[in-house]
Amino acid sequence: MAGTRELRRRIRSIRSTAQITKAMQMVAASKMRKAQEAAIAVRPFIRMIYRIQRRAVTRVVDFTHPLLEVRPVKKRLVILIASDKGLCGALNSNLFRLVGRYDHRSTLFITAGRKAAQFVSRTRRQLVADFPYGDTPRFVEARAIAVMARDLFLKGEVDEVVLVATRFVNTLTQQAMALEYLPIGEIKGIRMPDADPEEVLAADSTEFRFEPSAEHILSYLFGHYLNVLLYTVLLNAKASEQSARMVSMKSATDNANGMIKDLTLHYNKLRQGAITQELLEIAGGQAN
Amino acid sequence: MSATTLKLEIVTPEAIVYSEDVNMVTLPAIEGQIGIYPMHIPLLTQIVPGEIVVIKDGHESFLAVGEGVVEVTSNRVAIVTDMAIPAENIDEAKVEEARQRAAARLQDKISDEEVASVNASLARSLAQLKVKRRRHV
Repeated sequence: MAGTRELRRRIRSIRSTAQITKAMQMVAASKMRKAQEAAIAVRPFIRMIYRIQRRAVTRVVDFTHPLLEVRPVKKRLVILIASDKGLCGALNSNLFRLVGRYDHRSTLFITAGRKAAQFVSRTRRQLVADFPYGDTPRFVEARAIAVMARDLFLKGEVDEVVLVATRFVNTLTQQAMALEYLPIGEIKGIRMPDADPEEVLAADSTEFRFEPSAEHILSYLFGHYLNVLLYTVLLNAKASEQSARMVSMKSATDNANGMIKDLTLHYNKLRQGAITQELLEIAGGQAN
Repeated sequence: MSATTLKLEIVTPEAIVYSEDVNMVTLPAIEGQIGIYPMHIPLLTQIVPGEIVVIKDGHESFLAVGEGVVEVTSNRVAIVTDMAIPAENIDEAKVEEARQRAAARLQDKISDEEVASVNASLARSLAQLKVKRRRHV
């Protein structure tokens, strides 16, 4: 009977594991929904900033700005955005693989999320700063990171800034990506996702007055654009993390349930075998 | 389209804070307070942390705003800002605390960039306080 007792214990332990993973799956699902909602809430803002920026751009002829300056890359800054907690499938390891292609010595790191900071210090890369971000990322959190990156770039300590984060495609698919953040490059090159199509903007020829000047507003917008871009990347990272966690916890729960089924079958067979054996023994004893 | 109202939209990265037809709006523009009535000339300008006064059907309401940009057309005012809070939603005690924290931080030895960012958050707190306290008077 020792075999059946052992089995019973295993079944019980797997069942409680399944309960935990199921709970984590539900939590991740609700957090994912929130992160996705926030990602949608930012769209009107992006659309508007894009439109204003277009209006200003058409009015400015020769515009140069320190944030647009392309320099030969001697030092690079990578902003690595990963999750705080694990149990979210291959999400973080995909990011870390992407980071592997940057040279150790000439690359500085700003990280967001505990796993990112751990990775950078474990692999002895140069960590400049680590920022926290919550389950529903706030705009101020994004701004703090953006401001720091911008300062390093403007002071000439780095010549290029790259964002490494996860892009949210859908619940099942998330993609690790490296996004060029600074320098901004050509003015016309500013792309905003979800913006009005070009034709609509081109057709609108309202003459605006600019106060104090178009250049002024444009350079203000660049700063703003960088904050917003970082904010959307944070939201993407969060939505990805939660959906990756939800999916991996779902498969963990499914696996646990499969194991419980197999083990229960095995257990029942053993038990039935033992009963049959006993019956045979009793019958045998009577016959004698 | 009516000539006596304009559509006021206030958008932050986190939400659309305000979207209604109003009669007049006053903004803290970078070169001073400006009042905007319907049929205003098209204008693009920056705003600084301060107070927005909205007049709608003879009724005044107040919002605290952070920095941002405003796009004015004859029948529309679009404000893009990092913060916008209606007066009734401002938690005075909390903001006062934030203001004191920022003020205390300025006393410490900190770098120029930090001073700038603390000053910015101080300005945001002060804008909120100004709006809130004025409503009590």
